[in-house]
Amino acid sequence: MRSIFPVLTVVAAILAFWYVACVPMNIHAALTNAERGGAVVTPEGAAARRDMGAMGLALSNTAQWGDTWAQAKPRLPAPHQVAVELWETTVQKKITSKRSLVFHGWITLSATLLGFAIGSVAGILLAVGIVHSRAMDMSVMPWAIASQTIPILAIAPMIIVVLNSIGMQGLLPKAIISAYLSFFPVVVGMVKGLRSPDQMQIDQMRTWNASRGQTFWRLRLPSSVPFLFASLKIGIAASLVGAIVGELPTGAIRGLGARLLTGSYYGQTIQIWSALFATAILAAALVAIVSMLERGTLLRMGFRR
Amino acid sequence: MGLVIAAIVLWALLWVLNVRLANGPAAHRPAVRLGIPVIFGLTLLIMWELIVHGLDVPQVILPAPSSIAARIATSLPILWQDFIQTFVKGALSGYVIGCAAAFAVAIIADRSDFLRRGLLPVGSFIAALPIVGTAPILVMWYGFDWQSKAAVVVVMVFFPMLVNITAGLQETTQMQRDQMKTWAAGYWSGLWKMRLPAAMPFIFNGLKISSTLALIGAIVAEFFGSPIVGMGFRISTSVGQLALDMVWAEIVVAAISGSLFYGIVALIERQVTFWHPSQRH
Repeated sequence: MRSIFPVLTVVAAILAFWYVACVPMNIHAALTNAERGGAVVTPEGAAARRDMGAMGLALSNTAQWGDTWAQAKPRLPAPHQVAVELWETTVQKKITSKRSLVFHGWITLSATLLGFAIGSVAGILLAVGIVHSRAMDMSVMPWAIASQTIPILAIAPMIIVVLNSIGMQGLLPKAIISAYLSFFPVVVGMVKGLRSPDQMQIDQMRTWNASRGQTFWRLRLPSSVPFLFASLKIGIAASLVGAIVGELPTGAIRGLGARLLTGSYYGQTIQIWSALFATAILAAALVAIVSMLERGTLLRMGFRR
Repeated sequence: MGLVIAAIVLWALLWVLNVRLANGPAAHRPAVRLGIPVIFGLTLLIMWELIVHGLDVPQVILPAPSSIAARIATSLPILWQDFIQTFVKGALSGYVIGCAAAFAVAIIADRSDFLRRGLLPVGSFIAALPIVGTAPILVMWYGFDWQSKAAVVVVMVFFPMLVNITAGLQETTQMQRDQMKTWAAGYWSGLWKMRLPAAMPFIFNGLKISSTLALIGAIVAEFFGSPIVGMGFRISTSVGQLALDMVWAEIVVAAISGSLFYGIVALIERQVTFWHPSQRH
């Protein structure tokens, strides 16, 4: 609670900086527009201004500042322009419309969730295998760790094209990339979690003559839950990145990644920024949902009081 | 079909070998610890080769490891150019700039309690977002060449680094800080001699996370526009031409350079933070 005021100050400072930054970023286009509209700007003529510094231009033409926050295709859109675009494309559009961000967000979200489900189930299963088989641990685990250092996204375009050529399109290829990205955080976290009971607890189970299965279900699995949730939070954010990057290479026309791509093709900066913010909001919401589940589960299991 | 059966038999044999080795008396020897994952990796490669040939999988779906290796051998100059463009110019320069900037901001935030309490939650919030999405904007601002890729990397590594360095600078206990005060140490000597060394495990954690983010950022940014060189450029155009052996060659280069980068950072970490419990064996 103590940090609410500092956080708000920092956010306000970022917004203020953003508005100020819009002036030099957009001043060239603003002056060209103003000159076409008959206003007097210094210096006159777009050619004379072309090589001038944006700061100097902004300071000698304070009258045109207003326009830098209201252009249709600015280099840097002002915060309220992004907010208005977000509002118009989410609340004011029908969710079935091709221009609705809810529609595009759902395309990406469905791939994210499917991929996340596949990735985390596979990751948990592999972790269980690794914990119970020494051979699997020694042979698979080094590769699982090494694979974290590989830019997995490099494989994304290839997966899309390969699956496309054997007739798989749409949701599944993107979900596979998502699954791939959420898979390894879950494996690594879950292995750590399943190994987290200390020797004394394991010895205690042995004195009760517990079988391997009983030790697993009653001791290892419950104590891995905090580790599992920590990696699920990383995994779901990674899944979203995977789904978005999965939309880039094929020139997809639906989904948040496609909004980023078409926006960059046609110079629709406000569309890019609103897609970016929609992505950020979606990611934050997904992580928040997992955190809520985490808090509830851990509370019921008695990890936190 | 024979090749597929051979692949499965081979897999079974090598797996039995690995199980023997892992549960055998020599399991703790360094050679065996290194050998088991190598055998596993080789098994996968050989099975891949045999199954691709056995099932007659077309080259455009999955090229065999041998043809990928052949492609790497014949296009070394191209791969080298792409590596320089994407890794050295884009990822590495962005990594250095981003980490240095985060360090400077963290030092400023460290002096002000108010700023730190405001910046840290915002920083860790932004670090969790898919920042790679800023790529189209930064490509628009800084042009198609490596500068825009470096900018994407700067944005991607800045927040994880900031969060880690600021958290690390908080690592010392009150008693340690009081001790420095009794020695009449000022802010800077306290920072330099006590709190910065104590922060090193956190800083290296951030450096390791960022090292993998850097290459991803540089490659993905190239999907939004690049000159006719670079790993991301080569991957997206080769996919379009269905030259999948070239794509795989780039992936191999990316994997090796990403792992080496991470490994070098980890090695430096071991030298710098030799005193930390996680480094003792």
